[in-house]
Amino acid sequence: MSLPTRHFDALIIGAGGAGLNAALQLASAELRVAVVSKVFPTRSHTVAAQGGVNAALANMMPDSWHWHMFDTVKGSDYLGDQDAIEFMCREAIPTVYELEHAGVPFSRLDNGKIYQRPFGGQSQNFGGDQAARTCAAADRTGHAILHTLYQQNIRARTHFFDEFFAIDLVRDAEGVICGALVLEIETGEPLLIESKATLLATGGCGQVFRTTSNAHINTGDGTAMALRAGIPLMDMEFFQFHPTGIAGKGMLITEGTRGEGGYLINKDGERFMERYAPRAKDLASRDVVSRAIVTEVKEGRGCGEHGDYVMLKLDHLGEAVISKRLPGIRESSKIFAGCDPVIEPIPVFPTAHYAMGGIPTDRFGRVAMPAGHGSEEVVAGLYAAGECACASVHGANRLGGNSLLDILVFGRLAGKDIIDFVRENPYQRTADSASLDWAMARLSRWDQKGQGIPVQELRAEFRKCMEDHAGVFRTEAIMSEGVEKLREIRARLPEARLTDHSKVFNTARIEALELENMVDVGFSIAVSALHRQESRGAHSRPDHPERDDQSWLKHSLYYQDGDRMDYKPVRTKPLTVESFPPKERVY
Amino acid sequence: MDPLVADDEQEIRRLRWQCRRGMLELDHLLDRFLDLGYADLTTAERIGFVALLGEQDQRLSDWFMARAEPPDPGMRALVARILEVVRERPRGA
Repeated sequence: MSLPTRHFDALIIGAGGAGLNAALQLASAELRVAVVSKVFPTRSHTVAAQGGVNAALANMMPDSWHWHMFDTVKGSDYLGDQDAIEFMCREAIPTVYELEHAGVPFSRLDNGKIYQRPFGGQSQNFGGDQAARTCAAADRTGHAILHTLYQQNIRARTHFFDEFFAIDLVRDAEGVICGALVLEIETGEPLLIESKATLLATGGCGQVFRTTSNAHINTGDGTAMALRAGIPLMDMEFFQFHPTGIAGKGMLITEGTRGEGGYLINKDGERFMERYAPRAKDLASRDVVSRAIVTEVKEGRGCGEHGDYVMLKLDHLGEAVISKRLPGIRESSKIFAGCDPVIEPIPVFPTAHYAMGGIPTDRFGRVAMPAGHGSEEVVAGLYAAGECACASVHGANRLGGNSLLDILVFGRLAGKDIIDFVRENPYQRTADSASLDWAMARLSRWDQKGQGIPVQELRAEFRKCMEDHAGVFRTEAIMSEGVEKLREIRARLPEARLTDHSKVFNTARIEALELENMVDVGFSIAVSALHRQESRGAHSRPDHPERDDQSWLKHSLYYQDGDRMDYKPVRTKPLTVESFPPKERVY
Repeated sequence: MDPLVADDEQEIRRLRWQCRRGMLELDHLLDRFLDLGYADLTTAERIGFVALLGEQDQRLSDWFMARAEPPDPGMRALVARILEVVRERPRGA
């Protein structure tokens, strides 16, 4: 098969914060780097990150990377790898300063230092008083970071393939990954990009759930590509539901609302978080608040005609505070919920927000998988960073302000490691025809004509199934039923057909390819969740309500081949400090 | 098929992809407007919509969330129109 082919030292799939930070390292080192993005790069989901970046700069009060590490390990419900967490918390400080020097306009204190705001889960002195650790550029930190990185990449001559959709990874005759088949969305024509190293940085997969804060682009494309390449996905059962999404819509109402004094009430007007987290109340970690909201609804204290949401009360803060401190929230509520929070509370319900799990990597962004007898092997030339990856810094639950940190630290480190890899492996490998045929078949399958199931119908059914059976509350019965339903949906997927077979901007074909990705990833979430018989972090099992360190202090690995589960130990030994042994997590 | 209609369909598909943004809020507003309001736009207004899609996500978010106003009167009117077409009605209204 003869395909148009381009060659690069490094191929990066995804142009959010992780991909662009990696690309910048590579392009600055004079490597030929290609960035493939299905949308224009500055329309990546990083732009939506409002909160900020955690780093123990100690600008507001005493702070230390070690305290940051403690909070992150505790927040992870002890499932995070402590070596990776130590590394990230140490690297946070130079990473923020590097961004500052690159031009990110962080908010300032009067003395000129970077302003830092308090967030839930942050403490001083290993669990003591509230810390203030989050560096922000007003409420547009993600935007500021993404645009700064994009501009720097343009300056460094990174080659962008905008509006190209990655189909699958390709391998050479020895089975080594050597690039990817991609599709130009405008023309509908395939293109082979061969590279010495490939980085998956495609972000999250929140669209697998019906109610999500994630943009429509977050369909887990790179995650599914890794699965199909035989790589297991790690800890996929841990999916963070942001407690306050606009009910029925999913748009996020920022945690800052509760930081500023907003609180949740049930239909009786009761401030119910006082019962669930007496100390932190509405500032308890996200899984605690999400579970509390769903419990209120399940026990009949939900609001509205169907009793299927609770209310976030802000009106007591007054119009001046809401307008000044929480810009956007008032308008967002008016537009998407039809209510003005200055006058009335906002209807909210947990919304799928962030995947803690993903493609397993070491702390240099190298994809690593078990090689038998408990040892791990790096997959040569394949990297992953950002939300699609799992360097295991979030474990069972992520702290606010640690996601931008993750993408920046590990994007940067992956870029640096790729530089070394390409220097040691300077020869370009060539995609094997069988590998290419396999990837092309995925594309041509959608050219089949005739009657079939409409893609949109199957998509809606799949997303509802995920929400109902792999959402905030998970029992054996609910999830077993869900996995069976998913099997049925997966079995019907080959019967789905497109009615439009045109090539130019055939967005229906892209959505069909995205659906295949989502089903692959959704399976990994549901099967991993069904198997983990304990409650830990964001994974809550009413039938196994306790954390079980004896049996379950281990990482899940889901293989697509046979929907098989495997497990590997948590790395509890940090790089230079003492381990934090598992303790009950109380806020 | 009438070539003009075919062109129109192709253009809508192209615009549909431009409505894919980094923020769910923008996805919702723009994609729904393409379905509910685009057909009623005049040629000049359609050109304005294409220009709107070329703006940065954060700027669009600022405009839709009333944190800033578009400097151009035509764009201001278009933003107001999109909000009018897509906005949720108050409960009970």
